[in-house]
Amino acid sequence: MEFLAPTSWDEALAVKAEHPEAEVIAGGTDVMVDLNFDRRRPAMLVDLTRIADLATWQIDGSVLTIGAGVTYARIIDELSTLAPGLAIASRTVGSPQIRNRGTIGGNLGSASPAGDAHPPLLATKATVEVASARGSRSVPVEKFFTGAKRHVLAPDELIAAVTVPVAAGPQQFAKVGTRNAMVIAVTSFALALDPHAHAVGTGIGSAAPTPIRAEEAERVLAGELAAADQWEHRRPLDDHLVDHFARLSAEAAAPIDDVRGTAAYRRHALAVLARRTLSWAWSEYQRN
Amino acid sequence: MTTALQPGDVRHRLGRGVDGGIGTDASRPDGTLKATGQFGFSSDLWTEGMIWGATVRSPHPHAAVVSVDVSAALGMPGVHCVLTHDDVPGRKTYGLESPDQPVLAIDEVRYQGEPVAVVAADDPETARRGAALVRVEYRLLPLVVDPVAALAPGAPEVHPGGNLVRHVKIRRGDPSARAEVVVSGDYEVGMQDQAFLGTESGMAVPAEDGGVDLYIATQWLHVDRDQVAASLGLPPEKVRLTLAGVGGAFGAREDVSLQIHLCLLALRTGRPVKMVYSRQESFFGHVHRHPARLHYTHGADREGRLVFVHADMVFDGGAYLSSSTAVVGNAATLGAGPYDVPNVSIDVRGAYTNNPPCGAMRGFGAVQACFAYESQMDKLAAALGMHPVDLRTRNAMTEGSSLPTGQVVDSAAPVAELLNRVRVAPMPPVASAGDAAGPTGDAAGPTGDAAGPTGDAAGPTGARSGATGLLPGGVANTTHGEGVVRGVGFAVGFKNVGYSEGFDDYSTARVLLTGAGGRLMASVHSAACEVGQGLVTVEAQIVRSELGVDEVVVETADTQVGSAGSTSASRQTYVTGGAVRAACQAVREELLARAAAVLGLEPDDPDLAEAELVGGKLLCRSGGTVVVADLVEGSPVERTVQWRHRPTEALHPDTGQGRAHVQYSFAAHRAIVDVDVELGLVHVVQIATAQDVGRAMNPAAVVGQIHGGTTQGIGLALMEEIQMADGKVRNPSFTDYLIPTMPDVPPMHVEVLELADPHAPYGLRGVGEAPTLSSTPAVVAAVRAATGRALARVPVRPEHIVFGDLTPQ
Repeated sequence: MEFLAPTSWDEALAVKAEHPEAEVIAGGTDVMVDLNFDRRRPAMLVDLTRIADLATWQIDGSVLTIGAGVTYARIIDELSTLAPGLAIASRTVGSPQIRNRGTIGGNLGSASPAGDAHPPLLATKATVEVASARGSRSVPVEKFFTGAKRHVLAPDELIAAVTVPVAAGPQQFAKVGTRNAMVIAVTSFALALDPHAHAVGTGIGSAAPTPIRAEEAERVLAGELAAADQWEHRRPLDDHLVDHFARLSAEAAAPIDDVRGTAAYRRHALAVLARRTLSWAWSEYQRN
Repeated sequence: MTTALQPGDVRHRLGRGVDGGIGTDASRPDGTLKATGQFGFSSDLWTEGMIWGATVRSPHPHAAVVSVDVSAALGMPGVHCVLTHDDVPGRKTYGLESPDQPVLAIDEVRYQGEPVAVVAADDPETARRGAALVRVEYRLLPLVVDPVAALAPGAPEVHPGGNLVRHVKIRRGDPSARAEVVVSGDYEVGMQDQAFLGTESGMAVPAEDGGVDLYIATQWLHVDRDQVAASLGLPPEKVRLTLAGVGGAFGAREDVSLQIHLCLLALRTGRPVKMVYSRQESFFGHVHRHPARLHYTHGADREGRLVFVHADMVFDGGAYLSSSTAVVGNAATLGAGPYDVPNVSIDVRGAYTNNPPCGAMRGFGAVQACFAYESQMDKLAAALGMHPVDLRTRNAMTEGSSLPTGQVVDSAAPVAELLNRVRVAPMPPVASAGDAAGPTGDAAGPTGDAAGPTGDAAGPTGARSGATGLLPGGVANTTHGEGVVRGVGFAVGFKNVGYSEGFDDYSTARVLLTGAGGRLMASVHSAACEVGQGLVTVEAQIVRSELGVDEVVVETADTQVGSAGSTSASRQTYVTGGAVRAACQAVREELLARAAAVLGLEPDDPDLAEAELVGGKLLCRSGGTVVVADLVEGSPVERTVQWRHRPTEALHPDTGQGRAHVQYSFAAHRAIVDVDVELGLVHVVQIATAQDVGRAMNPAAVVGQIHGGTTQGIGLALMEEIQMADGKVRNPSFTDYLIPTMPDVPPMHVEVLELADPHAPYGLRGVGEAPTLSSTPAVVAAVRAATGRALARVPVRPEHIVFGDLTPQ
């Protein structure tokens, strides 16, 4: 196996252009598992961890750009105010060792339906910045996933960064697993409220072939909040509205029975998580 | 810790003036090495010229082996050899109780993962790739995967002669006794894995005499040796085993896994051969805990006195015998629980199926029964309107009680005391609702929408609980108090110590006392396997105390000394400890004889018999003193002793009557849990446990065993299960076979009683298994109390809490 370690982004793009079949590795928390299990034996690995720029984040106005090489540990430490939903999700990832190694770009690259970063990125309508030697393009995250562990990247493309709006309102994330730490999501739910845009965002993990949004739930909640002028008044939410939002969120999912849980349980749990995350987020909005 | 020492123990005769004797927290010789990552485990073995083995395994749970083509694998550069059953020179099968398991599949595979061929190659990767090139043609055969269906007439036979492994019947009293209050229930226990951290590994080195040296992580060197020698067609003395560093056992290393394969490859290639199973392979490479279905009926009078217990259990033994007969025997003889019951009828059957072979795991048949009988006791308490502890203490076995087998319990049986101790143990703190804080740091507080508590539920806690500060869901931010209900549960259990039913259970120890330049040193040598439990510490402690010597070396366990029996059944401190003590006493006899000569006394002078060994000196009551180092300088004393515990008897085949067990070990648990009743997630807040250990030889190690055993029971209660579908394992990895993490393990309040067993060395009781029994039913009882669900199956899954499990609600 050939192991290439470019030290600049341009070099990495050139390598990928020349060797589109090469496997990309960042933290290695997914790739190394596959190698160890002999599921994949790529002829070439391209290691992106030596590209310093990739592991940085910046704010430009109201847009936060997170380099693909930023780890979960750094998201927790550095971005819990700017991207609180993503930070909460990052806290639920694996063990400290995994959070020190795993990156947001790697999570997208693996494109697992259970990837913990995906629901908050969906909820905040993030954009995946993609590049190749041919040029760059921006992909809305909801268009990024094309199937279980599949995405839109062309063979010569790399994930450069993710952009999200700097949080303008409360964000939440909750994940169900069958133990109290170090567990892959049985299902998960993310919520983002944007009082400036009067927008509601959602993201669902581990309950469909790809991470998805609960679009109808977003639409109904945003519509009711606007109709009642709730962004202004911040009154307690009507229980029926919360229940309706929860039901629509669960209905958006297309879960299956598997070794981690049943479809019926996943749907049930999603409704509970949607109801709770909305109540937490709204309470926070009312307080602030 | 609480201790309650009884008079009559033997410490007055033990050497004084030494540190690290029995009863002290002597530190482990390997402790620092393990904590700092320096310890050499069996997977770290290495020698010059070593090559690597890999195993070809059946992907099918039941198939005829039509053909095996090794040519492509043999043609691969770097592959040294490929062996099939044709290459097994001796007995082609092995097994703990009966050699029914092929070393390599002969004409049929009976479970998924059964070894078909082994490959040796230059490196592990080449060996695996070579194994992948072995072409095996299979013809699928009918499956039997349901143990109850396997025992029905007309079921496909896993082995000729039928699928019944053993049927144990216990009959006592009136089979048609009637009671005023009767409860029954069906219970189920899933397949738990031992989940040791060090997977199967070892190294075989061919020897010049045509024999082989095997370095191996195992639980019983001599039973491995005998099976290896039989399959190699070698006399046992040409197969020499040395214990390599063991990364946990819990029963999973009782059966042979790669031992014979390694030796076959080494003798064929003339090279040292090493194998290390991957985690995934390990799930197929050892036996698991028997899944069980248990039907119980309990009858009591209105005051809560048990009138009868009827039980019918089926244990899934999987494809081969392993130790199923003994597991079934334990479930039957211990199946009524630690209670006085006048009328008992218990039937336990083991079945062959095409599931993975099941055998030994910590608790060994007693775990499954304890979950069911303790669930029944809670159900009975509810029917009687009694507190679950009151019902238990009313029926608690005591010293002098007669078990359903007719065996009289002839030492302490503090069942009621253990229960009462955990009942009054300190409760965990309950934080105020205002302390609740989600990971975002925003205190949300309870919304008060918790489902109504039932039973013993303590009501919504609405706050982070216990010392870990976690709510159900742990770090995953699933609740800020919503839906969280606290529950409390109790359970008690008992486990036999040592091998039972007439087994000739013994150990061998060699103690050597030497002196050089006035310095006194001892070494102790046995074949007893240290698997993490702390026997190496105890062996040295006994020598220090018995002979008054500070410097004690524990030799590496190997087959150059006689058998120590298995590191199983909570027995090594009892049996090998007994052997070490006996060897020390034999050394003492020789020292006394030599001292007599020095002091000019007759060998049978009573002054000598009363002599004490203190600080390297022999002190006679009359004042005579001899420096022990001088007695042994240039003339070491070495004694090897084989030691047996009291004999046991076989069970009567029709009635199950008989003195089957040596000793019992008792433990009780109180579990306090927080359950998110809407999501079905559980956080164990606190465990209180009490156990009688007879004598805490090393209190720190005792408490460690109680922590570990309790944790394994929590795992069975809430998450640990090998999930099967059509004879195939669905979750052979630590990604989906979940074991407790630190946030899943609560603070434990541990009380240790020391009620000496007068029949046992130092009065001790085996410690390792009892804590695994009652922690499971205690946790489930607490979850039932919080949720009102019947929860008849373990592990309890979130969907069982939300929707109910196999029992109609």
